[in-house]
Amino acid sequence: MFSGEAIASLLAEVGVTHVITVPDSTIGRWESAMDRAGRPRLVRVCREGEAWQVAAGLYLGGATPLVMIQCTGLFESGDALRNALHDWKLPIFSIIGYRSYLDQAKLPGDTCLVFTEPILDAWKIDYRLITSPSELHVIRDHFIGCRDAGKAGAALIAE
Amino acid sequence: MTGVSPTRSAVSRIPLVGSLETLRRVRRDDEIVITTMGSAREWMTLGERHALDFILVPSAMGHGTSIGLGLALAQPNKRVIVCSGDGSLLMNLGSLASIVAANVPNLAVIVFDNGVYEVTGQQPTAGAAASRVDGRGADFCGIARACGFDSVYAFSDAPGWTNGARRALDANGPTFISLDVEPVAGGTAPHSPGPTSARAQQLMAALRR
Repeated sequence: MFSGEAIASLLAEVGVTHVITVPDSTIGRWESAMDRAGRPRLVRVCREGEAWQVAAGLYLGGATPLVMIQCTGLFESGDALRNALHDWKLPIFSIIGYRSYLDQAKLPGDTCLVFTEPILDAWKIDYRLITSPSELHVIRDHFIGCRDAGKAGAALIAE
Repeated sequence: MTGVSPTRSAVSRIPLVGSLETLRRVRRDDEIVITTMGSAREWMTLGERHALDFILVPSAMGHGTSIGLGLALAQPNKRVIVCSGDGSLLMNLGSLASIVAANVPNLAVIVFDNGVYEVTGQQPTAGAAASRVDGRGADFCGIARACGFDSVYAFSDAPGWTNGARRALDANGPTFISLDVEPVAGGTAPHSPGPTSARAQQLMAALRR
């Protein structure tokens, strides 16, 4: 969908300081370019719930973090994001890989297609679905809109 | 560096309140202290709160160490001290590997190991000696070392912690400290000391000063 260079450049442009991530086969391919760019700094964690809470600590400390995970990790991390986004009301933005949206041959009947968007709605996360490489600007515009509104948001990247 | 005993001595364990009083006494003015669950409940009884106290109530299960990692990354010139329970740490053991990977010399994790989920009625954790056929509790210091922590300390009695706390906290981090503490009889879940949004803003303002 996007190159790592394009994502690293976009995130640096909008002021993201740290990307906290557990990779999947799409967003994971962006890591080497982000590492080379050196900005934002990559923070690798073991499980997605950690990512939201590391981001919470970064935000409290004055940084501008972004969580980058797959939708399966979103399912895993409900308690952690509930606490960060809703208990503490921290406006953390995320990029979430949407497994099987474009390629349904690899995992026929993948329930990620059933649950991902309803779960984002349930957690009251304002998201934009990105399905084409021409939509990089949508991520930027949504990030800036959420930042200016002081609310959490997500870009859901079709995979 | 001290090894941790695989079995706990019922007579020598450190009172939780006393262990926190020691931390409060040796804590420096520019150090951030995060407390959770039982440590948060008792910390709030010890006197006026410091601007860099972060009472992590409400919390996500076991994530004090992760919040601490984020704060340590964002504030590299301030030491961050995370007070976690053993039950909480067991819920987020992977965070110890993440902390080492992030290379944060200014982070210290203190695990107050009482072997039980205190606030739910003192049920043994899966890591507690009482849960094990062989009576050997989980070796948190061993886990920390295996994750890559170089500065690892274990204290099983109050005088040892009183005398060694500052030295342990001053070690080149990330630092892992295990305290063998006594469960608090009837210890309940802590109450939130105020609106979360306001408390988050207060901490952020204190860190900007």
